[in-house]
Amino acid sequence: MVIDEKMATVKEIGEVARSAKLELSEEQLKLLSEQLNNTFSFFAKTDKWDAEKIQFDYHKNLTSLEHYHEDIVKPSLPQDTVLGMTRCKKNGSFEVPGIL
Amino acid sequence: MESNTVIGLEIHIQLLTDSKIFCNCSTDYIDREPNSHTCPVCLGLPGALPVLNKKVVELALKTALALNCHINRTNIFHRKHYFYPDLPKGYQISQHDQPLAVNGFLEIEMEEPLENKKIRINRIHMEEDAGKLIHLEKDGAAVCSLVDYNRSGIPLLEIVTEPDIQSPQEAIVFLQKLRNIVQYLGVCDGNLESGSMRCDANISIREENSGRLGTKTEIKNMNSFKAIKEALDYEVMRQRKLIEQGDKVSQETRRWDEESGETVFMRSKERAQDYRYFPEPDLLPLTIEQSWIDGIKKNIPELPAERKERFMVDYHLSGYDANRLVEVKPLGDYFEKAAKSYNNYKKLANWILGELLHYLGEENIGMEKSPVSPSALVGLLKLIDQDVISVKIAKNIFEQMFKTGQSAAVLVQNSGFTQISNEKEIDGIIRIVLRDNPETVQDFASGKEKAIHFLVGQVMRHTKGRAQPDMVLNLIKERITEI
Ligand SMILES: [Zn+2]
Repeated sequence: MVIDEKMATVKEIGEVARSAKLELSEEQLKLLSEQLNNTFSFFAKTDKWDAEKIQFDYHKNLTSLEHYHEDIVKPSLPQDTVLGMTRCKKNGSFEVPGIL
Repeated sequence: MESNTVIGLEIHIQLLTDSKIFCNCSTDYIDREPNSHTCPVCLGLPGALPVLNKKVVELALKTALALNCHINRTNIFHRKHYFYPDLPKGYQISQHDQPLAVNGFLEIEMEEPLENKKIRINRIHMEEDAGKLIHLEKDGAAVCSLVDYNRSGIPLLEIVTEPDIQSPQEAIVFLQKLRNIVQYLGVCDGNLESGSMRCDANISIREENSGRLGTKTEIKNMNSFKAIKEALDYEVMRQRKLIEQGDKVSQETRRWDEESGETVFMRSKERAQDYRYFPEPDLLPLTIEQSWIDGIKKNIPELPAERKERFMVDYHLSGYDANRLVEVKPLGDYFEKAAKSYNNYKKLANWILGELLHYLGEENIGMEKSPVSPSALVGLLKLIDQDVISVKIAKNIFEQMFKTGQSAAVLVQNSGFTQISNEKEIDGIIRIVLRDNPETVQDFASGKEKAIHFLVGQVMRHTKGRAQPDMVLNLIKERITEI
């Protein structure tokens, strides 16, 4: 992945925030732009490193975990518990904005 | 200008495991209370770690080997990102550039023109199914959507063919054969209507001599063989028309609309980079020991093609009959059970493919639940062979067996349907028939041989089919020459 060294503008970040339905004030947007651009310039630096031969890494605990699970059914969470995690529910289902 | 249809298929099959691919929730999701078979893993809650179901790999290997694939002994799970409420994590755990298996093939038999054709399999990979959405609408406008995650995490196998299929009919033959194989292997129940087997198709038209592939569209939402055939036929026609008019086919995903009988635009086609694939850091690369592959290879059951050959050799059946018998596994099983105690195999096959399938189809009963067992059918056929009943009566008895579940012997005894083998009794009837039909008798006597069939028919009618036609024929001939 190549990160463009061109920085993201406040306007661009504002658009992303809108798509993500985040309400941010002008000050928050400015602060966020600064922080994100710092991060991006760090990415741009790492992009110059020669990482071709470095292997992808996995979750630290994995090597000590069971590789497989046997094909046995164990109890699931009760429906009440699952739906208790949301306000948006209807007839035992999660309710989301209409998409067709 | 001449042009060719080019079709590639992507088939998803749900694997028949008890538990889900990355957790121990039950896979029994159809008609269950929504969100009653879920846990932090299949709900995608933060911090939950997936653990691979060993049986999934086993069933996947079985399928890949049956489809003549090369197994990648090291394969990797990737995260495939897209945003839709049926996918709680925001990504699907799937496989990308190092899938479980590659480079397989399946040979299909086409009737017109008669040829065997290899359809190459590009890849087979494991992935998780998404949840199920129900869209509620009012006056045609979307109100809200309901999400049920019981299906989230059901193990899927995606089978991708090369674009080797050249007509909608070929696609159907391929899919039917594939379905038979996964059913024989016991890896999937192959039900298109309930969605345990799903098929998407990539279609394009290649202009002859142009060498390059045309722009392809992807067709989704086909829930039966009939829908697939109709959707592909429609799409081929639509693209040909566009090309004839000098218009361009645009690369897009289209949905089959059963009601209007058309494919309709859904979205422009995603490209791989849109999915932002990267290796799933929560699952180690999967390393498969050669001994595991060898063990599975040894235990692959007999598949339809081999069974057909065996039926032709062992039971001297025609290719046509053998094919029909092995097409559905329980049908072949039924035949073999019956064939253990009955050796007129041709007759047995005829009765199974004729009467039995007819009534099962009429009542919409699966082969496994046939009210007439293999041994009961053999009982009936033996009564015919022993001349106790005629074939005509036997068909009548079979219907009653099917409806009551009683044995042929009991039904025959109770109904007085036994064949009249007493010559004297038949002779009496023949005399009456000859007396009543002097003109026909005259016709036969003057050389019109066919006239005798009418007389035989009359005798059979009088006996309600309880006489043996051969015997009647001979007796009539005797009587007429006597006259
Ligand atoms: Zn679960």
